[in-house]
Amino acid sequence: MQDVLPMIEQWRARGEQVAIATVVKTLGSAPRGIGAKMVVSSGGSMAGSVSGGCIEGAVFDACQEALASGKARLLHFGVADDDAWEVGLACGGMIDVFVEPLNW
Amino acid sequence: MIYETLKAALAAEAPVAVATIVGGDAPIGAKLLIRADGTTVGALPGDTPQAQIIADAQAMLLRGENGIRSYRDDLQVFIETYPPPPTLLIVGAVHIAIPLVTFGKTLGFRVIVIDARGAFATEERFAHADELIHAWPDEVLPGRLTSNSHVVLLTHDPKLDDPALKVALPSPARYVGALGSPRTHAKRLERLRAEGIPEAHLARLHAPIGLKIGGASPEEIAVSIIAEIVAARHGLTGK
Repeated sequence: MQDVLPMIEQWRARGEQVAIATVVKTLGSAPRGIGAKMVVSSGGSMAGSVSGGCIEGAVFDACQEALASGKARLLHFGVADDDAWEVGLACGGMIDVFVEPLNW
Repeated sequence: MIYETLKAALAAEAPVAVATIVGGDAPIGAKLLIRADGTTVGALPGDTPQAQIIADAQAMLLRGENGIRSYRDDLQVFIETYPPPPTLLIVGAVHIAIPLVTFGKTLGFRVIVIDARGAFATEERFAHADELIHAWPDEVLPGRLTSNSHVVLLTHDPKLDDPALKVALPSPARYVGALGSPRTHAKRLERLRAEGIPEAHLARLHAPIGLKIGGASPEEIAVSIIAEIVAARHGLTGK
């Protein structure tokens, strides 16, 4: 959280909404540990990371959806997914990412 | 409200945990902030086992653990803890200390630089440190060292290093390292043995300090030192 806090503050100061994505569960070789965070602003800025760059694109989209809907969601990523070609993890690990609007 | 409380706690380096419902038969995203003493900010839905979640969060906070816990039949709660940051105490405001402060900060350490010599320990050189203390190390270190402390001695000067070592080695500090060539270190060991420092204490001193990565510049040496500290935090030697 500490690593992304300055960006959250900056975005909120200029009136943007913020969504937070957090790694809540990992299995096998995952590039980032539990608690790792990526934040996205309604203006389209992002900071931090939840993987080695493998799923950030999909998580960015999920963050924008969370901002639009105001709803939190738990996302699951792994090589076994049907959409593995799109947003799979080359490392063979599995990651659960919780995406939520910062409305708390 | 929870965000503002969390932000303030992080700024004050006060230990807190945040519990979030991430799955199951309850509103996803509901949150509770839990302080080390068990007091809370926010609220979880009425039928969640709040007392159990608070107790789990307090236990995880002590261990610096994060993860999902399951309650009832089908309620998943992600508990994230924010223990106080580890501390890096650098004795000797020498050139190597400047990049070492930068790397320590990047890795999330609270960095304190200690040097009684005013010409070295200037605000201009160490504006990036959390604290700059003008005093002798053996005056500052007692009472400050916990199992979350990492002590690096960079002075090269036995008058400064030895008294600091006598405080740091018997302390609960997680890591104690001292700069100096193998020859300097051999002499240091001789002096400390002559003063009756137990072998068990001497054995835990990382010296010559740092991993062998072949660097020579102050920045490269700082990398080798911070890498050794990261390894020590994970119970490894890096070798």
